[in-house]
Amino acid sequence: MTIDKEDSASAEGGRRPASPIEFRLDPGSGVPTYLQLVHQVEHALRLGYLKPGDQLPKVRDVVSSLAINPNTVLKAYRDLEIKGLAVGRPGQGTFIQATLRQVALPELTALSRSLSGWLTAADGAGLDEDGIVALFTSALRDFYERRSGPRTRGGAASGETEGVA
Amino acid sequence: MNVIETSGLGKRYGGTWALRECTLAIPAGHVAALVGPNGAGKTTLLNLAVGLAAPTAGIVTVLGGKPAGSSAALDGIAFVAQDTPLYKNLSAADMVHLTRNLNRHFDQHYAETRMGELGIPLKRKAGRLSGGQQAQLALTVALARRPRLLVLDEPVAMLDPIARHDFMASVLTAAADDGMSVVLSSHVLAELERVADYLILLSRGRVQVAGDVDDLLTSHRMLTGPAAEAGRYAERPVVHARRAEAQAHLLVRATPDDPVPPGWEAHPVSLEELTLAYLREPGAAALPGPARGRDAQPSEVTK
Repeated sequence: MTIDKEDSASAEGGRRPASPIEFRLDPGSGVPTYLQLVHQVEHALRLGYLKPGDQLPKVRDVVSSLAINPNTVLKAYRDLEIKGLAVGRPGQGTFIQATLRQVALPELTALSRSLSGWLTAADGAGLDEDGIVALFTSALRDFYERRSGPRTRGGAASGETEGVA
Repeated sequence: MNVIETSGLGKRYGGTWALRECTLAIPAGHVAALVGPNGAGKTTLLNLAVGLAAPTAGIVTVLGGKPAGSSAALDGIAFVAQDTPLYKNLSAADMVHLTRNLNRHFDQHYAETRMGELGIPLKRKAGRLSGGQQAQLALTVALARRPRLLVLDEPVAMLDPIARHDFMASVLTAAADDGMSVVLSSHVLAELERVADYLILLSRGRVQVAGDVDDLLTSHRMLTGPAAEAGRYAERPVVHARRAEAQAHLLVRATPDDPVPPGWEAHPVSLEELTLAYLREPGAAALPGPARGRDAQPSEVTK
């Protein structure tokens, strides 16, 4: 689990945060720690906190601020690399390479409006909030399963259930 | 390379076996957690590995085959015992000085830098430092020896939450910096998932579970379904079953790709859930090699 020498040396030199984001952990979420880190990077990309070229927090800094296993951080960064979102530069750290597909604002508004219509219909049919969430989650999962076959391990481990009716 | 390897290891105190027939191999490059109920043999195993006790039976080697307790082994290992022992009447600076003179390798600069970063007053007597500072001082003199393996016996049991977090952050940062391996015993299950990537579960002096944490988590699932059908899975590798009138929860050895029986739901398990399930079923085992969990006969706990 040795980290690049320069990586730790520079972390000791200048103590200012080199990355635009900082990670946090939700111990009660049941989501594996490395996936929480992956999700937070993806979330930051969607919201524009991170853009291509930005540096992710150095492994050593994440380890020392969250008290987590270094291999967990390395695993999260490797996952982001496999997804093509980040790239590791030896001796420097891990950098954002791509951005997640973003939808233009007018389309987003239109989608939001049609979802509101659907929610009104669901409410009218007598579904409460939990019922709506359950129905939506199950429809979403079916949609992606039909499109891409069975879910990979990462998806299944993220706290979802695979109920069989 | 294995940082600790044992074969048929046993230790008897008087007429009582504290550890028996213990065979395990902890690979290098991990933060390995040693878990088990009180009296399971955790401290005995660690004491044997660092050379503080001699085995009654079997063999224990460290750092790729070096006999435990040999000078080659001792040079590469640092050990912080259960109550973070310090000479309470020595100042922090004298503790560092003493440790330097008692060891062949000692990184004075590292020790001083770390004490400065932690804000530990060098002139204060060790016994008058806070619990967290005492633990950090013991850790600092251990790390300044630049060990390849750090062994910690219940390192955070006595610390408050912030001191615990800071202590583990120090350990893990040292592991990240130079690839040092760590073996620690702990009762704090909730923290293990963040900290450990290798798990050894000891029970009644024997190894019950050993393996890479990710492998263990992906090879176990929680099945929830009608209690009436729970018996149907008796031939499956059920580790632990909890049963109410209508519903049953079965912790089984199964991967996410294994089919889920109709009417049942499968959930991933947390390391804490998995550890508790095995601790409650001393007869079940998950060891490297053939899935021995399949032979286990779980007792059912009716709720």
